Amino acid sequence: MKYETVIGLEVHVELATDSKIFCSCSAGSYGTEPNMHVCPACCGMPGMLPVVNKRVIDFGMKAGMMLNCHINRTTTFDKKNYYYPDLPSAFQTTQWFAPIAVKGLVEIKTSTGKKGIRIKQIHMEEDAGKLVHDIREDTTHIDFNRTSVPLIEIVSEPDLSSAEEVEAYLDRLKTLLRYARVAECEMAHGTMRCDVNLSVRPEGSNVLGVRSEMKNMNSIEAIKRAIDYETFRHIDAIENGTEELVQETRRWDDIKGMSFAMRTKETAGDYRYFPDPNVMPVVIDDKWYDGIKSSLPEFPEVRFERYTTELGLSEYDARRLTESIALCECFEAACKVTGNPKDCVNWITSEVMSILGVRGITYDQLKLDGNALGELIKLVSDSKVSRVNGRKILDAMFDDGTVSPAEYAASEGLIISTDTDLIDKVVAEVVAADPKSVADYKGGKEKALMALFGKCMRQLKGNCDPQVLRKALIAKINE
Amino acid sequence: MSAKKDQIYMKLYISENPAAKSADISRRIAADDMILTSSLPTTAGSRMLKGYMSLFGAEVLTRLDNAGFTLAGKANVGEFAVDLLGETSYFGAVETDGKLSNAAAELLKAGEVSAVITLDVNGYPRRAAAQNGLISLKPTYGTVSRFGVIPAACSGDTVSIMANDTAAVSEIFAVIAGHDDKDGTSHPEAVCETAKTAAVPIKRIALPVNLTEGTNEDVKGKLAAFTASAEAAGIEVVKVESDIIAVSNIAWNILMSAEVCNNVSRYDGVKYGYRAENFSGIDELYTNSRTEAFGELIKSVIIFGSETLSADKYNKQYDKALRIRRLIVEAFAELFSEYDAVLLPACSALSYGEEIRADKYAVYTENRFTAPASITGLPAVVCGSVQLIGRAFSDGSLLAAAAKITESEGK
Repeated sequence: MKYETVIGLEVHVELATDSKIFCSCSAGSYGTEPNMHVCPACCGMPGMLPVVNKRVIDFGMKAGMMLNCHINRTTTFDKKNYYYPDLPSAFQTTQWFAPIAVKGLVEIKTSTGKKGIRIKQIHMEEDAGKLVHDIREDTTHIDFNRTSVPLIEIVSEPDLSSAEEVEAYLDRLKTLLRYARVAECEMAHGTMRCDVNLSVRPEGSNVLGVRSEMKNMNSIEAIKRAIDYETFRHIDAIENGTEELVQETRRWDDIKGMSFAMRTKETAGDYRYFPDPNVMPVVIDDKWYDGIKSSLPEFPEVRFERYTTELGLSEYDARRLTESIALCECFEAACKVTGNPKDCVNWITSEVMSILGVRGITYDQLKLDGNALGELIKLVSDSKVSRVNGRKILDAMFDDGTVSPAEYAASEGLIISTDTDLIDKVVAEVVAADPKSVADYKGGKEKALMALFGKCMRQLKGNCDPQVLRKALIAKINE
Repeated sequence: MSAKKDQIYMKLYISENPAAKSADISRRIAADDMILTSSLPTTAGSRMLKGYMSLFGAEVLTRLDNAGFTLAGKANVGEFAVDLLGETSYFGAVETDGKLSNAAAELLKAGEVSAVITLDVNGYPRRAAAQNGLISLKPTYGTVSRFGVIPAACSGDTVSIMANDTAAVSEIFAVIAGHDDKDGTSHPEAVCETAKTAAVPIKRIALPVNLTEGTNEDVKGKLAAFTASAEAAGIEVVKVESDIIAVSNIAWNILMSAEVCNNVSRYDGVKYGYRAENFSGIDELYTNSRTEAFGELIKSVIIFGSETLSADKYNKQYDKALRIRRLIVEAFAELFSEYDAVLLPACSALSYGEEIRADKYAVYTENRFTAPASITGLPAVVCGSVQLIGRAFSDGSLLAAAAKITESEGK
């Protein structure tokens, strides 16, 4: 019999707000020393009351809108009770009864074509801390930096049917949420985590099979391996009776390449949800809703379309730009200054991306002022600054965001000289000092001209229009 | 101070501020041990928090400090303030002449302080005031900040004031009421201000007679005396019936237990507070610490609260209690369309005999008099050993009426 895999995902995404969900501690503590971003509130000490960070609601709403969800205009917070040492108040504030967003749709593209994945709901909640086990001392330490960092959990309907679709779906979520600038979605940083709910059923059946849930998957490769393994395990159990399938939570061991039972439905904890009396229902009025709606970015496909048709970019270039909204915004600002999209895309895909690579900055982290970039590109295309010196100026702009290309070029002596007397003087000196190269060139060695050209350019510190210099040099040699 | 008095005081204060001795009595106050202080330990009357030092103090105490009041000490309180009068305190019950009493009330009667800031979770300050002829104001929910208060039943927890007369209560209320950004349930400043004024004079009072059932002759006598004084002062008292208000405590016990259960879950022996000496593994650390450090009444609250929130009981109990809360609010609103206040007893007796003291869970029924104001968040004033409940934000009017009715004699 042929089987199909039915997969639903619960994706946790850390929201990129500056502060935590209910206190003013910094939320961006990835990679910092343990317990540096904590206060009595996020450590669950008695007497602190939650005060909702409005930005979290903004971001939750944006995420919902990006995924085509209906936004609940009255959204409430609830308490989820469980004991674990990384949860200092022994409850997690989450949304159980009226989540921020419901009933969305995300379109994915795979080798088999386009497919819509329904979103059941998106709810906002606080993250828990982190346990650090010290094997040598047989002790466990708790890092509360992450407690109360805002998360959204995106719950899909069981509409996914392969590892490829899951990968495409996660990629799509990442793109959309990054476009809205609400999240980093970096699995390696733990800012995107995933629970995989999987079952199998005979192809064409509309009855769901017994499902297993794999918690806290944090790499796309591991997710793909786990899906393949679980699919095999389920089919094997059904076909060969190797085991009885039960609804359970399983742990994926990526080193062994196997999943292991953690707990069954019967032994699962009862989270005893109830409305949090300390957080008043959040009512989203039209003004708030419309404000968020109008702040949404153009979708990547729409931009791609506009770039390739209106701006005449190649599909390749348009695809590279639309990978990140930061690149798009920088590009569009630069275009406004130069009026030359092709020139701008060349600068971004060559010089800018190369500097980002060298400096280890992601596209999304790009903070370059697009207007300033436009000015720089214009200086080069107007032959006021050489391309080589343009790159130098760009580097300086990355060092210091306040650098103005024109001012910098002037103060550092990087403006191309239009002083023909100076050029003629340098050419005369170089030609006089290197009779061998002159003879070689006259004897037919084209390369010898390049040597002379290079010497002249060095003496002129690059501040010369190459065409002008070349003409002057040939004229001098042929005198 | 006599040796006997010394012994009483040992139990009255859990911790003291010796510097307060020199302060003028009219500026000297106490806070019960549910109110956090950063200069003195805060225990909530529980072994779990013995010696617990908070990193911050309550907003109410900051406001009082700024207004020139001095905190003399932390009054003993029953474990998480859910009991009758404080008898479940790990640090010992307060007894005078063999009778169960209350630390805050005794401090006031002894002239130690001019007012006590209390946390009204399940009515103990109102019972204590009624039994000792004192005044207690449980303000409208949301007019006084709960920031820095040990959370118990957050949807009803109200910072309250106990004093010898209404003037002292009004003075403190004027200082502590007001908006606080640190408390998400705090009302806007303008709304809090209206609660301080006696804008709507109280002219008609409803007395739901079915809620006076089960009170003893002393309490009935106090109700009659209050009614007579009210009528002498030109305020009408009309007997009514209310079935729904009478079941307030059944719903409140569900909500309160669930919320207390949730709020005390954080005391798990991991981060601060009591930790059992013997355990192996995290589950035993939790279980042993909590078994050893919590008293019996709180354990019953935890078990009841945990059950009522469980997946199979939530709809039948917790959700239903939330609906009943709305019905009670509506029932009061209906009474307030005709009357300006509702008169209720605050307790079944003016001192608790052996029978009620022998029943560890007596508070679950005795709180039927205090639960109506707790579950609705309506303001309540105890005066003349009875309780007057008013419209939301009518705190000032209630105090004015209380003064008019109970304090006019002999002036």
